[in-house]
Parts: sequence; C-alpha cells; structure tokens
Amino acid sequence: MNAELDTFDLIAMGLKIAVVVVMLLQVVPIMVWVERRGSALLQNRLGPNRIGPLGLFQSLVDAVKMMTKEDRATGHVNPFYYRLAPLVSLLPAFLTFAAIPFASHITMGDKTVQFQIADLNVGLLYILSVTSLSVYGIIMGSWASNNKYSMLGGLRSTAQMISYELSMGLAIIGIVMIFGSIQMGDIATAQGATLIQLGPIAIPKWGVFLQPLGFIIFLICTYAETNRLPFDLPEGESEIVAGYHLEYYSMMFGMFMMAEYINMTVASAFVTTLYFGGWQLLPGMTFLLTHSGLEGMNFEWARVALEAISFVLKVAFFMWLFVWVRWTIPRFRYDQVMHLGWKVLLPLSLLNILITGFLIYLKVL
Amino acid sequence: METNLKAQSGIEKHLGLSGEHYSIEKDSDDLWDDSRVIVNIGPTHPAMHGALRMIAQLNGETIEKSYVEFGFTHRAKEKLGENRTYHQFIVYTDRLNYCSALLNNVTYAMSVERLMGIQVPDRCTWLRMAVCEISRVMDHLVCLGINAVDIGAFSFFLYGFHEREEAYTLVEKLCGARLTTSYTRIGGLMHDAPAGWEDQVKAWVKKTRKTLDEMDKLLTGNKIWVQRTVGISVFSKEDCLRYSYSGPVARASGIDIDLRRDQPMMFYDKVEFDVPIAQNGDVFDRYLVRMEEIRQSLNIIQQCMERIKPGPIWADDKRTRIPEKDLVHNTMEGLIYHFKFFMTGFDVPEGEAYTQMEAANGELAFYIVSKGGPKAHRMRIRGPSVYHFQGLCEMVQGEKIADMVAALGSINVIAGELDR
Repeated sequence: MNAELDTFDLIAMGLKIAVVVVMLLQVVPIMVWVERRGSALLQNRLGPNRIGPLGLFQSLVDAVKMMTKEDRATGHVNPFYYRLAPLVSLLPAFLTFAAIPFASHITMGDKTVQFQIADLNVGLLYILSVTSLSVYGIIMGSWASNNKYSMLGGLRSTAQMISYELSMGLAIIGIVMIFGSIQMGDIATAQGATLIQLGPIAIPKWGVFLQPLGFIIFLICTYAETNRLPFDLPEGESEIVAGYHLEYYSMMFGMFMMAEYINMTVASAFVTTLYFGGWQLLPGMTFLLTHSGLEGMNFEWARVALEAISFVLKVAFFMWLFVWVRWTIPRFRYDQVMHLGWKVLLPLSLLNILITGFLIYLKVL
Repeated sequence: METNLKAQSGIEKHLGLSGEHYSIEKDSDDLWDDSRVIVNIGPTHPAMHGALRMIAQLNGETIEKSYVEFGFTHRAKEKLGENRTYHQFIVYTDRLNYCSALLNNVTYAMSVERLMGIQVPDRCTWLRMAVCEISRVMDHLVCLGINAVDIGAFSFFLYGFHEREEAYTLVEKLCGARLTTSYTRIGGLMHDAPAGWEDQVKAWVKKTRKTLDEMDKLLTGNKIWVQRTVGISVFSKEDCLRYSYSGPVARASGIDIDLRRDQPMMFYDKVEFDVPIAQNGDVFDRYLVRMEEIRQSLNIIQQCMERIKPGPIWADDKRTRIPEKDLVHNTMEGLIYHFKFFMTGFDVPEGEAYTQMEAANGELAFYIVSKGGPKAHRMRIRGPSVYHFQGLCEMVQGEKIADMVAALGSINVIAGELDR
C-alpha cells in the first residue's frame, strides 16, 4: 500500500467502495427473492410471482413496507442499545468485504488499480476479527430487548459464535501454511498456479484441492457463523420464537435481516477466495480469452471482466448452497451444536493442521 | 418489577417456589441462586399448536419443572350436546379434532345409530370407512409435517401438505367443505359420492404412496433428524398405561392396541391391514409409527374403493331419514315433515352407549345418555389429546426446550379436542 494517495487513487478508491457497498446492498433483495423462489422450487410451490417479472420486485415492495412501518420501541426495552444493536450487527458485515479481492488488477497509464478496497497485509486476521464483532450486535439487541426468549437467543448465539470461530480459524491455518501469506490478494493470486496437469485438463492450485478437510470444516463453521440452518439456533423460531430479534420490527428488524444476508455474501466470498481461487478464471474462460483474440496488455479489461464474472458466479454458487441447505435439513439442538463444535470440528481442524504440516515437511505440498 | 413478581406468585406456588425460599435442590453447576428463569411457553407461541400453555422453569436450557395448562379454547361442547338435537350436534363434532373432522363425524353418527339400533347400508359403511382413513392420513401428514417444522425441516412439511390439500379436494367433492365437513347424518350421509370419485381416490392413493417414499428418503435417515428424535421424550409402556395413552403414541411405546382391529366396527374386519408397533416410545418411534400407519391407511382406502358398490346410502329408517328435496318442495306433507325434522329433531330411545373408534390420535369416544326425547341427557366426549397433553410435563422433565417442542409435536395435541 502506497501511503501517498493522489487524486487518481482517491477516485479509484471511492469508486471501488461505492461499487462494493451498492452491490452488497443489492444482494439483500436479490437473495431474499432467491431464497423465496428457491425454497418454492424445492418444495413444489410457486413462490412470489405477482409483482414484477417472476416476482422480482416483491423484495422491493417488502423493503418499502418495512421502511414505512411505524418505528417505535416498546416500553420495556432499553431504547439506546435497542436502536444501536441493528447498526452494530450490520456494520461489520460491510466492513469485512473491504479485504476481499473481486478481480486482479488493471493498468491505467502508469498506475495499477487493484480490484480490492484494501489489500491489508493482515487480511485474514482482519476478516476474522471483524466478523466476530457482529455477535455484539446480537448480544446487544437481545439484552436491550429485555425479553427472556431474546436473552436465550443472544446467549445461544454467543456460545455458538465463539465455539465455531475457533475451528474456523484453525481450519484456515492450513491455507496460511500452504500459501505462506495472510494477505487475501496473495492467497487469491497464488491459487492461479497449476497443481497437476492431467492431459489437457489442468487442475488449478485451489485451496479446496489442497485442503479438502479444511474446506469442509470451514464451510460448516461458516453456516454456524452466519446463523443459518442447521445452526439457526439464535433465531429458532419454533423454540425461542424468534430469538434475538423477537422485539424488533419495521426497519430495525430489516437491518438484522440485511445483516444476515450480507454476512452470507461475505462468507461466500471468503470461502471462494480461500478455497476456490477467488477471482481466478473458471475452467474454459482462459480458452475463451485466447481464442477470441482478447489477450495481451491491450485487452486487460476483458480479462478483468471475466475474473469479476468468475468471482460472482462462485459466490453465487455458495449463496445458493446456503439456501439449498436451509430448506433441506433440520435444525440441531443446542447441546448438539456445542458437541459438534468442540468435540468434532476442533479436533478435526487440529488434525488438519498436523497433516498439512507433515505434508509440507515432506515437500509434497 | 413488583407487579411482575406478584403476577408470577401464582406460578411459583405451582412450581413449589414459596416466597424467597426456593424449595428446589441445588445442583453443582448452578453458579447463581437466581439463575433459573421461568418462561411462559404459550398460549401464543409458534410451537404451541393451538392455544396450549406450558410454564417451565429453566436451568440454562433444561426444563427443570413445568406444568401445562389448557382451557383456552373451551367452548362447552359437551353442554352444547345436551342443548342441541342429535342432528344439530353434527356440526359441532367437526370442531373437535379439526385436522380429521370426518373421523369425528363418523364416530358421532355411529354412536347415535347404536343408541337407536340403526344399521346403515353397505355403501354408506364403505364410504364412511374410506373417509375415516382419508382423514387419518390427513391428520398424520399434518402431525408429521408440523413436528418436522418444529425441528426445522420445512420442506418435509410441504411435501406432505400438498397431498393433504389433494385429499381435502377429494373431501370437498363429497360434501362441499374442506375443513368443517359435517358429512355424516344420523343413519346416512349428506350426499352420495359423485361419479368417478372412487377412481380419483385411487389415483390419489397411488400419488401419496410415492410422496411418502420421497418423504421417507428426505428425513428418515437424516443424521440430524435421527439425533434430534432418537431417545428424546421417551415414554415407556408403563407411563403410557398410567396416563391412559392410546393411538400411535401408545403403539410407539410397544402397547399393541388398535380399536380397528380389536373391536372392529364398520367393515374393518373385512379389510386387511397391519398395526405398526414400535418399542422405544421416543419421538423417532412415534414418527415411524405414524409413517407406517399412513401406508396402512392407504391400503385400507384402496381396498374400500375396490369393494364399494353402488347402492343406497340411507338406512331404511323413517325416524332419521331426511326427506328428499323433491318431496319437500312439491308436497305439503313433505314440507311439514321437513320442518318438524329440523325444528324438533327425532326422538332417541332411552338408554346409554359408549361408542369408541380409533381416531387419528387415539381412542375417540362418545358416551351418550338418553332419557328419550330429541336431546341427549349427557354427552361425554373422550378426546385422546386430553390424556396425551397431561403426560407432557413428565415426558420433557430434564430435557431441553427444543426437545419439548419436538415432544409436543409428536404427541399431536389438537386444541379443539383438548378443550371441548
């Protein structure tokens, strides 16, 4: 990172931030639509199909409804923290995306523009620490609501986040050991190399091929971190009614919901960057580039566009996976979640580190 | 806060908490004396199906003590039975177990017919049997589905719900209503089945069998589902006997009772079906028993539809026969008779009868005491949910809140049947 920023850098940075924030905000209505239509697809239903083509504008109408609802706190809550909590849970979700690269770089004159808001040298640590901040919003909300069910939801969420953050962090260690960096840009770039050449098919050096066990552990932890089924215990609508957002309505509830979907997006982007090559081109895209004559320095925009598309497609796949899993399997019980986190995933992630270290020592990886 | 405490004092008395001295024994992992929370689950809680209420004292998430309360949907059904004519009471039976209204209709009609000594014709009996089994399937599909929803498997519920809606369409073709059917009449039925109904039922049976297999594949082997249900809320054979359990819940605990087989009414002795029994009495076994019962019910429906023949649906008894509309509109005598029938009802001879039937949840029975005249002297309804609900506290003692939700779903307490 260059300390001296000139006008060009500032404009580029402003544009990048604008694009990321707007995209993340747009993800929410789209994902709500995908969730509703997707669940309908899985359940032999139609889903929302009245407003706009394929019901696409349903989410917009819902957003208007939420924003125009009366916004007042009930008598028994602590108004300050009650109103602060949704913000506290929404903000970290946005912050996390700053360290995730969504394409490589482009040269403009003598400047190189990175397609990442901040390529921090502590990228991984930054993401882990910021995501763990989001639990404060949930605790704050549940405590300020002054409701027993909310409190239960908040406590569940705290315990769950702490337990799964451990395994998540340990699962990532494998990736760090292999790529020798905790800078997200480096990790994404390093995955462009070829792992094995099987005739015409080149298996890229993606994290998932090097760290299959780590990937599975990481994916499970992601679900727990984002409070999605089968780990949606903080909400658990049939047990503790709605958990931490029980006392929330209008846009304050909407912000909790937005936080959930943005967290999903960030988690998917995180998985993609660590294990699926981030912005690395999808199979076949290199072929497309070379054969359409869009190679070389003059056609960098084509490469960058394809990289961004690859990234979005990969993220979209993981987002769909979230929806798919949610509507397929039942919910764990609270003690089973703890059991899985501490007695299964934690030892497995330690084992993963051990195996990775051994393989690196043997110079296999 | 003070008013809060006052409001809770009644609850604390119930739970054995008197004033400041908590009469609960301390356990080693209790760090603070007041770490226990009393939560009010219901009557408006998403997991409480209907207006049921449980008050539970939690240690962490474990239910240490609890008691259940009902009566939120009390509508004085039994008293209404003593103030309405026998014919008028049919509509009230719909609202007992509203998930399987037809079973209530049929059981009620049978009990009055038994008092009057009426024998309904064959076609009527076959139709009644078929609708009984259709409503048993509907009830079980809802019960299983809701149980799965409470445990977090939503898609399973909608798979079954689709077939249930189809079944409601079949019922609608019979009597024009989907939920509150009022299909039976004393000594007959409201209408005969429309032409082609048998074939539609057969097609539905075939489709439902397929759906059941899909549902089986989706959930039965699922590891999370097994973890959530096996060994949860176990109710042993002895417990079941102590609480007078019946139906699928009792069969899941290893009690081999099924009134359809043990005291066959209608033509249940002429059809072939198995009675599934499980041994462990946990939520998973109740799930399995219900799944298998749906299959057996489908078999019975299939047999009914194959053996049903055209014929009269009304018993040849002048007392209960509702006059044809043709007579009512075109003859004076018919009109007078029609008026008298609906305004004053028909007389039932003196006597008493307890008629039970294997309903979807267990033994449903009507105990009717008649002292002559068009109204019952005493109308007692035995709803299985009452007995099931009372055992809930003991069943969930020492388990987690989430288990309580699973247990309540698995015993399928229907508020309409619980509070009559």
